[in-house]
Amino acid sequence: MGGDEALVEARGLRKSYGAVEAVRGIDVTVRRGEAFGFLGPNGAGKSSTMRMIAAVSPPSGGTLRVLGMDPTDDGPAIRSRLGVCPQEDTLDSELTVRENLLVYGRFFGLSRPEVARRADELLAFVQLSDRAGARVEQLSGGLKRRLTVARSLINEPEMLMLDEPTTGLDPQARHLLWDRLFRLKQQGTTLLLTTHYMDEAEQLCDRLVVIDEGVIVAEGSPAQLIRDHSSREVCELRFGADDHQGVAERIQHLGERLEVLPDRLLVYAADGEAVAQAVHEGGLTPRSTLVRRSTLEDVFLHLTGRSLAE
Amino acid sequence: MAGRVESATAGLVWRQLDHWRVRWRRTWRGSAVTTFVLPVLYLLAMGVGLGAYVDEGGPQASLGGVNYLDFIAPGLLATSVMQTAVGASTWPVLGAIKWDKTYFAMIASPLRPRDVLLGNLAFVAARLLMTAAVFWLVLLLFGVVALPWALLAIPAGVLIGMAHATPLFALSARLERETGFMLIYRIGVVPMFLFSGAFFPVSQLPDPLQWLTQLLPLFHGVELVRALTLGRPDLLVDVGHVAYLLLWCVVGLALADRSLARRLGG
Ligand SMILES: Nc1ncnc2c1ncn2[C@@H]1O[C@H](COP(=O)(O)OP(=O)(O)OP(=O)(O)O)[C@@H](O)[C@H]1O
Ligand SMILES: [Mg+2]
Repeated sequence: MGGDEALVEARGLRKSYGAVEAVRGIDVTVRRGEAFGFLGPNGAGKSSTMRMIAAVSPPSGGTLRVLGMDPTDDGPAIRSRLGVCPQEDTLDSELTVRENLLVYGRFFGLSRPEVARRADELLAFVQLSDRAGARVEQLSGGLKRRLTVARSLINEPEMLMLDEPTTGLDPQARHLLWDRLFRLKQQGTTLLLTTHYMDEAEQLCDRLVVIDEGVIVAEGSPAQLIRDHSSREVCELRFGADDHQGVAERIQHLGERLEVLPDRLLVYAADGEAVAQAVHEGGLTPRSTLVRRSTLEDVFLHLTGRSLAE
Repeated sequence: MAGRVESATAGLVWRQLDHWRVRWRRTWRGSAVTTFVLPVLYLLAMGVGLGAYVDEGGPQASLGGVNYLDFIAPGLLATSVMQTAVGASTWPVLGAIKWDKTYFAMIASPLRPRDVLLGNLAFVAARLLMTAAVFWLVLLLFGVVALPWALLAIPAGVLIGMAHATPLFALSARLERETGFMLIYRIGVVPMFLFSGAFFPVSQLPDPLQWLTQLLPLFHGVELVRALTLGRPDLLVDVGHVAYLLLWCVVGLALADRSLARRLGG
């Protein structure tokens, strides 16, 4: 269990689908035991990268080693040690919740008694024991997601790969899942996840890369990224609909940086309260004012000029 | 080296046993009616009912001098396994790619697309064996099988089914939408069902159609099963039928392997 053993090593990794260049040369190293995140907007290339690492999609260029092996040659050996929770559910809707786990575990060469034991444990782990006999097609989206996570753990993977694990979950279900992932991490499982929720990245990831249009635009721990690419605080100001641009020019000098969004202005500064006060003193009366700490969302906005959510 | 890969594949195919077993348990009822009940109705309506008229002046020479029931019974066995094969290699295949995406789940495990293909085809073969065997027992009850040759009609049924299942699997693995299946049924399956010599001798067809029919695997399947259930195989001719059906299996398998690998490995 060498603390800095690299489980994933990608250099200049590329993926094209015909003319579409989804991943355009990324370098990533994921070490054993860490929780590593890919943060990026729709179409950034997160899932494409995950599928290459999961040894189901051959890279179009660059080099990739996963668990010290080459995914093109050693796919089965690599996949036997990975857990994969894909972006879209791939459950067998005709089977029951428990059957989905039972048959899946067999693909890894586990014996029937062993999969039965693990299936029951995992159902308890994701709080689905009471639905064990239900048909998957009767489950809600959030319950399916939990089952998918349970299924990805059936082979006790060294590295768990989660592609947008909590998209579509209600807040309670998200927190349950975060808690479970946190526990797995404590037990030494390496986590590799994609998300476009900055709070998720902040909660779960030791280290992350921000990826946009197939390239990495920033890398580091959440705190470090915020330190490097944003101010300590942000003052959010909402004015009447049209005059944002004009107001922006008048308050430009109050912060280190200013972003104009469709519905609000963001002024980046070490002291957000001071900005809010200066705005009022300058004779402007925003409809609402909010001072908060910088988040990864701000980092992303700064680096790409776009917000994460859309 | 090749040997090592081969044996690894066998192991990975075997790991799917429970998957296909459980799926079979869930879905067999839906296919039972089309697989067994309809052919028996055909056998009664056409073999017995229509047969009474066909046979009025004694067994027809164009039918090879046998009763109409004896003539169409093997034809129905062949068309039934064909239909089972079509059912098992069209919608479920596209479903496992597009709707449930279960193939994608399978290849996220150690299984490779080829293992998934072979596992699925083994499952299809098992279904075909079941169809052929049950249908054969029905024929036995109708008293239209000449033992011992007729026993070979069961493996022949599996062969006929696979000759259809493998190329159709390849096609399904390439389809974007299920509308393609309607086309396959209308311009492929239904005409083949009617004109492959199951219900009347293809010698009744105009020449060009006869030639066309003889390219179809089903025609060779019908002829093969008929020779077997009537208990009068002609070694050279029937080995020819078997070889032709095998050719379809082999080419179909190669195409299916390529199609599925491409579809899943994007
Ligand atoms: N199988 C495919 N065939 C063709 N193009 C694809 C395929 N998969 C992805 N793409 C394209 O590659 C680009 C990156 O897609 P990818 O799914 O990797 O992005 P993503 O970051 O996961 O986005 P999202 O947040 O929406 O899931 C997109 O332009 C997408 O349309
Ligand atoms: Mg994605």
